[in-house]
Amino acid sequence: MKEIKLTVNGKLHELTIKPWRTLLEVIRDELGLTGTKEGCGIGECGACTVIMNGNAVNSCLVLAAEANGKEILTIEGLADGDKLHPIQEAFINHGGMQCGFCTSGMILSAKVLLERNPNPTEEEIRKGISGNFCRCTGYTKVIESIKEASKNLQ
Amino acid sequence: MEGYSVIGERLPRVDAKEKVTGGAKYAADYSLPGMLWCKLLRSPYAHARILSIDTSRAEKLRGVRGVVTGKDFGGWTWGWMLTTRDEPPLAVDKVRYLAEAVAGVAAIDEDIAEEATELIKVDYEELPGVFDPEEAMKEGAPKVHDYVKNNISAEYHWNFGDVEKAFAQSYIVREDKFRTSRATKGYLEPPAILACYDPAGYITVWAAKQSPYFLYRHLAACFKLPLSKVRIVQPFIGGGFGGTKNDSLAGDFCSVLLSKMTGKPVKYVESQEEELMTSRRRHNMIVYSKMGVNKDGTLTAIHHRVIADGGGYTAIGPMSLYLAGIATTLPYKLPNFKYDGYRAFTNNPIQAAMRGHGITHTRFAAEIQMDMIAEELRIDPVEIRMRNAIEKPKPGTIYETINKVTLKTCGLKEAIQEVSEDPIWRDRDKMSKKEGDVSWGVGLSCAPYLGGARLLGHQSCAATVRICEDGTVNLITGATDCGQGSDTVLCMIAAEELGINVKDIELKRVDTAYTPVDPGSWGSRVTLLAGQATQIAAREAKKKLLEVAAKEWQVKPEEIEIRGGKAFIKSDPGRSIPFERLARMACYSGTGAVILGTGYSGYGLEPSGLTSGFGNPGISYSFTAQSAKVGVDLETGKIIVTDFTIASDCGRLLNPITAEGQIEGASIQGLGQTIYEDFIMDRGKTLNPTFLDYKMPFSMDVPNIKLIDIVTDDPDGPFGAKEASEGSIVSAPPAIVSAIHHATGVWMKELPVTPERIWRALKEKPGDKK
Repeated sequence: MKEIKLTVNGKLHELTIKPWRTLLEVIRDELGLTGTKEGCGIGECGACTVIMNGNAVNSCLVLAAEANGKEILTIEGLADGDKLHPIQEAFINHGGMQCGFCTSGMILSAKVLLERNPNPTEEEIRKGISGNFCRCTGYTKVIESIKEASKNLQ
Repeated sequence: MEGYSVIGERLPRVDAKEKVTGGAKYAADYSLPGMLWCKLLRSPYAHARILSIDTSRAEKLRGVRGVVTGKDFGGWTWGWMLTTRDEPPLAVDKVRYLAEAVAGVAAIDEDIAEEATELIKVDYEELPGVFDPEEAMKEGAPKVHDYVKNNISAEYHWNFGDVEKAFAQSYIVREDKFRTSRATKGYLEPPAILACYDPAGYITVWAAKQSPYFLYRHLAACFKLPLSKVRIVQPFIGGGFGGTKNDSLAGDFCSVLLSKMTGKPVKYVESQEEELMTSRRRHNMIVYSKMGVNKDGTLTAIHHRVIADGGGYTAIGPMSLYLAGIATTLPYKLPNFKYDGYRAFTNNPIQAAMRGHGITHTRFAAEIQMDMIAEELRIDPVEIRMRNAIEKPKPGTIYETINKVTLKTCGLKEAIQEVSEDPIWRDRDKMSKKEGDVSWGVGLSCAPYLGGARLLGHQSCAATVRICEDGTVNLITGATDCGQGSDTVLCMIAAEELGINVKDIELKRVDTAYTPVDPGSWGSRVTLLAGQATQIAAREAKKKLLEVAAKEWQVKPEEIEIRGGKAFIKSDPGRSIPFERLARMACYSGTGAVILGTGYSGYGLEPSGLTSGFGNPGISYSFTAQSAKVGVDLETGKIIVTDFTIASDCGRLLNPITAEGQIEGASIQGLGQTIYEDFIMDRGKTLNPTFLDYKMPFSMDVPNIKLIDIVTDDPDGPFGAKEASEGSIVSAPPAIVSAIHHATGVWMKELPVTPERIWRALKEKPGDKK
């Protein structure tokens, strides 16, 4: 067993875990934060995307032990209390989700993109979410949502 | 929109907030105290007899609480029709496809459950397999099911008009062979279930099902319980698209049985790899298409001979084969049509429904063949379609095809017109054709799709509208939103009818203990049929409220209207009361009745001819015309798709955001199955069962999509709506393939059109030696 410390959504957790547990498993099973989804488990679909020390990562590919001491943001930590983040607002108003299974990861990838590039071109938006698979929308309304969020964040 | 307060508005989804905050719970997100984990052992052979199964070592493993094999289900089998109940929950005597489940384990955690499956010893006798549907139908081929002759799982032979005579009199008759790909739904949420078998004799499950009432019936039959003791609670569903999430799976039956055996809740979450290995895929079909036309390009006859690879079991395969035939008499006027459809059992994974069900295969063949003929006759692709397109029936009249498919609205010609005037098509001969190694092309196609499908025995579809005393409303239906947005649209229908705001309507997701039985989410039926039920239920509740107001105001109910959250006298709008107060009056000073409205859908109940090919598969039909612009690298065969313009006659869009999202998403699924998606098979083994190797479109791969809305207001649909989602998955493949031909001069008749296939076709192109 391995002892780790994780700061998730601003809250410090001290956990004793099996060393082979992934960050995704710890977030979902130990912390009960089920907003982070497992789609493929091999880092291809991006449904499990979380932000670790400012970078969007596939949490299924990160061992929880590797995340020791790091700061993690999951979808549950994005809104400020009842006030939704502008990216969340934009996804709601522009139909940026259908089934919702990719949405947590998609929004967190968009957040990292817009932090680094507040005014992205459409091509840059496409690139920014190119690790996040969505089978429902065909991406059109996801891209529109991110464009709108970028305007609202200015 | 004019005349309506809510319908036609671009409103956000009713479940959007839960979905963007991570609050929406899907099946795998549910847990219960003391819960066990289920894992399955799957067959390493595609075709083998099971000689014995020894589970003793698995049972002794510390942490294992139960092990089940096929025999524990007492010989029970299931299937879509009475005559096709050929599928056991776990294989019993024989496995018929690779990775078919043979045993299930429940343990205290996932790791132990996994380890235990590896301790189960199964003795197999491998049997010769059959993997090609045409081989399977030959005399002497290995038999997948002993009782079936020549492995024929289903066959239909229809003959409308006189095709032979028509071919003899045609100016041109073409015969071509087309083949479609082995595509999968590709949803991100793998199947999952949490099952509780209460010792008192009832089952509760939370399951990822787009049609929960299928599982409801299957569990009742399998566990010999009355339906009233089977409770399926529907969580949020992470995408459906047909097939797997309609049907019941080994993991479902095993979790329930293991819960019964152990007295504990049991959870099963399939891995995406298991899903891709075993899921019910779209059939791949071989279509032998013979098409005859007159000198002016008008169709005289089509004969389709279709051979579908069915895989190891029947599932919903006969329906897929029926649909591949039924819609060939749309969207063009066709006086003679013959159909010979065969579905063959093979030792491949089970093939079943997927969005664009059945119709995508034969429409692909017929659209491409029409383009080939147009080229031969030197007729413009738009012109040949306009000459053949079914016209819009005059109001009050019906267009009937030769096989008695009837329609009251058809915006196809308008759609073709719009697409042909759009810059993508209009400038096709003006654009720069060649840039470096890339050659550009633009193609066009049309598609019909049915909406409001009814299946034999799956007719009941109801809604209840319950007015709460504070003026809020519960909408209770048996319908499932697996992402398409139907929950939102149903709430909008209720709000429109009641004259209140959508935010005051709360839709309750399916819980078979409380919600009315419903067929499920398939055949583009939810918005139309559950929509009609909702409309009727809301009208009934409203009528009861109007009676209360009428009594209060001493007027007739017809003199009162409810709009914008207020009831008022039509002739004197100043006399009004808020809806909330009216609801309170009705509840406190009424007759003692609770204000409930109920309704059920009565559309399309006439029987359709599954075996005869006569009659309607749905209640109305959408029509789509679309163009596609592609670039083909002549050196590498790589294709880029840059633009889609899609004009859809979906009747009337109830919520444009959700309808557009459906059309866009389906067209991209269509793009995937045209140029990337295919399971690569080697004697029954899927060689690419991961998202790494089974390629689906990512954000960098998708074109700009322009949508054009053709409003036709169908009389059989709530507020004039028709289906909006399956048309564009049917129109995308032929539009892209036609564009590839425009760019390269080669006709690609096999999907997917991979770079390798393009490259080979270019090398073989006559007079173009490289």
